[in-house]
Amino acid sequence: MDALGLARLQFGITTIYHFLFVPLTIGLALTVAIMETIYVRTKNPAFKQMVQYWGRLFLINFAVGVVTGIIQEFQFGMNWSSYSRFVGDVFGAPLAVEALLAFFLESTFLGVWIFGWDRLRPAAHALAMWLVAIGTSVSAFWILTANSFMQEPTGYAVVHGRAEMTSFGALLGNPQLWVEFPHVLLAAFTTAAFFVAGISAYFLLRRQHLDVFRSSMKIALVIGAVSSILLAVNGDAQAKHVVQTQPMKMAAAEAVWHTAPAPAPWNLIAGIDQLGGRNTFSIAVPDMLSFLSYGNLTSSFPGIDELQARDVQRYGPGNYVPPVASTFWSFRVMVACGVLMVLLAWYGMLLLARRRGLETRPRYLRLLLWAIALPYIANTSGWVMTEIGRQPWIVYGLERTMQGVSNTVTSADVATSLIGFTLIFGLIAAADIYLLVRYAKAGPDATEPRSRMPDESLAAI
Amino acid sequence: MSLTTLWFILICVLFIGYFFLEGFDYGVGILLPFVGNTDLERRAVIQTIGPVWDANEVWLLTAGGAIFAAFPQWYATMFSGFYLALFLMLVGLIARGVAFEFRSKDERPLWRGLFDWLIFFGSVVPALLWGVAIANIVEGVPIDAQMNYVGNFFTLLNPYALLGGLVTLLVFTLHGAVYLTMKTELELNARARRAAYAVGWAAAGAAILFVLYSGLHTDMFSRPGIGMLPGVVAILAGLSLVATRLFLDRRKEGWSFFSTGVAILLVVASVFLTLFPRVMVSSLNPRWDLTVQNASSNPYSLHVMTIVALTALPVVLAYMAWTYWVFRRRTTLTQAMHY
Repeated sequence: MDALGLARLQFGITTIYHFLFVPLTIGLALTVAIMETIYVRTKNPAFKQMVQYWGRLFLINFAVGVVTGIIQEFQFGMNWSSYSRFVGDVFGAPLAVEALLAFFLESTFLGVWIFGWDRLRPAAHALAMWLVAIGTSVSAFWILTANSFMQEPTGYAVVHGRAEMTSFGALLGNPQLWVEFPHVLLAAFTTAAFFVAGISAYFLLRRQHLDVFRSSMKIALVIGAVSSILLAVNGDAQAKHVVQTQPMKMAAAEAVWHTAPAPAPWNLIAGIDQLGGRNTFSIAVPDMLSFLSYGNLTSSFPGIDELQARDVQRYGPGNYVPPVASTFWSFRVMVACGVLMVLLAWYGMLLLARRRGLETRPRYLRLLLWAIALPYIANTSGWVMTEIGRQPWIVYGLERTMQGVSNTVTSADVATSLIGFTLIFGLIAAADIYLLVRYAKAGPDATEPRSRMPDESLAAI
Repeated sequence: MSLTTLWFILICVLFIGYFFLEGFDYGVGILLPFVGNTDLERRAVIQTIGPVWDANEVWLLTAGGAIFAAFPQWYATMFSGFYLALFLMLVGLIARGVAFEFRSKDERPLWRGLFDWLIFFGSVVPALLWGVAIANIVEGVPIDAQMNYVGNFFTLLNPYALLGGLVTLLVFTLHGAVYLTMKTELELNARARRAAYAVGWAAAGAAILFVLYSGLHTDMFSRPGIGMLPGVVAILAGLSLVATRLFLDRRKEGWSFFSTGVAILLVVASVFLTLFPRVMVSSLNPRWDLTVQNASSNPYSLHVMTIVALTALPVVLAYMAWTYWVFRRRTTLTQAMHY
């Protein structure tokens, strides 16, 4: 593989890995802040246990999110220096602002929160977690400002072969940002909700620590029900927006090779033949695509062939078709997981409304435990669809991915760092999962273990 | 003052913040296996930086982001040019960050010992590599007319740069040792003092050598317009290290820490004074230097960023200072520990 392919692979691996931890960080910060607020108001000791329990899991997850985030800040310069030169003027600003407004806030007050239990008044301590939660969400806003520019560039002008910022307001008012940011935020809340609900289900099944996990479950289901349904509504709005702004991405995501006259049918599933430019088979719902994409039955849906011809006219000769199968299937996987989460959360709400309905449904509780995987699969496939569907562009309509790569970095360099990062990420994942499972299972009574050996033994290691 | 100059100064300030704050974190990490003999002592050592190390590291991320936003060409040339060095640094920072959080979460001595060494190496690597990077930037690296770095990893490992690496490694270790004298008691405190004395000599020696070498090898003492000023500032940094020792002798630990901090501040200031108006020096042709003019963003970007930075930085400084106030007490072996 050449340096470009390796750099893309590295970006994919490190970013997907990073984003396994980020949504839980964002969502759980909010959840723990809510729990601690309830504790401060009610003085109920079960809520303090709850805060400390979920806080412990939050910290194990947070650490990995932070350290894998450092790579993101450096990677644009290391592997994508031509891209950085071209768009740094616009793209660098949100990254710098993110560090200034969000990273400082979350890291400082997380330190205060961890070590401040006996140094701060309870309300001030809860406030620290609220500031962490705000910091993580503000961080998402700024990095998505940067990402939205890649999807739908706004507020810039190309001067002397470089994109220069002309309007900070337009960068922040980017319509893509205002569908993407709520989507990521709601996905993060949903992730935390299913994480908390799944683990709570485990303890409710075993009938342990019922006071802690009944309340945890209630909070999680409410957050999960509200955010998953809003997520679906927002996802629909985002898809309708992207149909307008990145029609090629949506044509690939729906595997529409030839412009479909109104009312266009919707491919539920299809066999993708990218080289042949056709679907080998498909199961389609009549009229549905026009309805989903435009909210009517009178709009035709532009196909890949028409868009390719249009792009050639606009941008010159080239292949403007993204990898269709990846875009198509990742979209479907994301939506399927999203639908499942809405159903699970609202069914749970229904059971909650009945007295003791939830705990008499062991099958549902077991399902919730497995459903912890759903938001992770949805988050990952959502980003795969967003980023792969944008190819061959790194900034849509402005710069191609192959133009953005560092031209002085050798493929040996990239291979070295790729192997290095992948190895260390694998080891960290193993340690992280080990600790998460251990501390999740240990329950709210667990304290941090003292060394098992007599104290002197460490000096020898 | 032009906005490009202002941003040059702001980035200098961010690096001062980073090296001053994360500098003692690195020092504490490096000293961890030597100062802490028992598990409890090591926990106490980590505890001294527990509430603050993560926020200290954000200074690096902010400096990186600021370089990207204000001088994208500098960001692109430096980060792609110093590729493998940065890769090693990232591995160090990643290992170190998770090690703090994971170390005490399992009781097996092997687990804890492993993470102690990860903290050690994860602190040594960036402490060393920053000196190497800075020395290379000051002496110049092969940069062509298109602003591309055309050397390789081993170009960076020349004697001058390695000496620079040794200086930051030793100064940060000293900074950490002095910090520990401020934040610990009893036996730990005594060991931290001994470490400070031992490292102090080496740090001062390496720093003096580096200033002499800089005088011969770079233009630190002969900058147009300001002449010897950067060199003089570097000498003052060396004197500040001597003051560290004098304060230690009088058991004025706070002042001693202040002195190592001032030394770090002056070293960074000296480097940025030497560079200005350049941000990266080309060893191939002075006309190919990256400067605050040819590497910068457009005035509009800088203007927006200036408003954000000048509003946010004072607030950040205020709440960070408050944190240090909240956690001002010394760490004892009997207190509840998170790490």
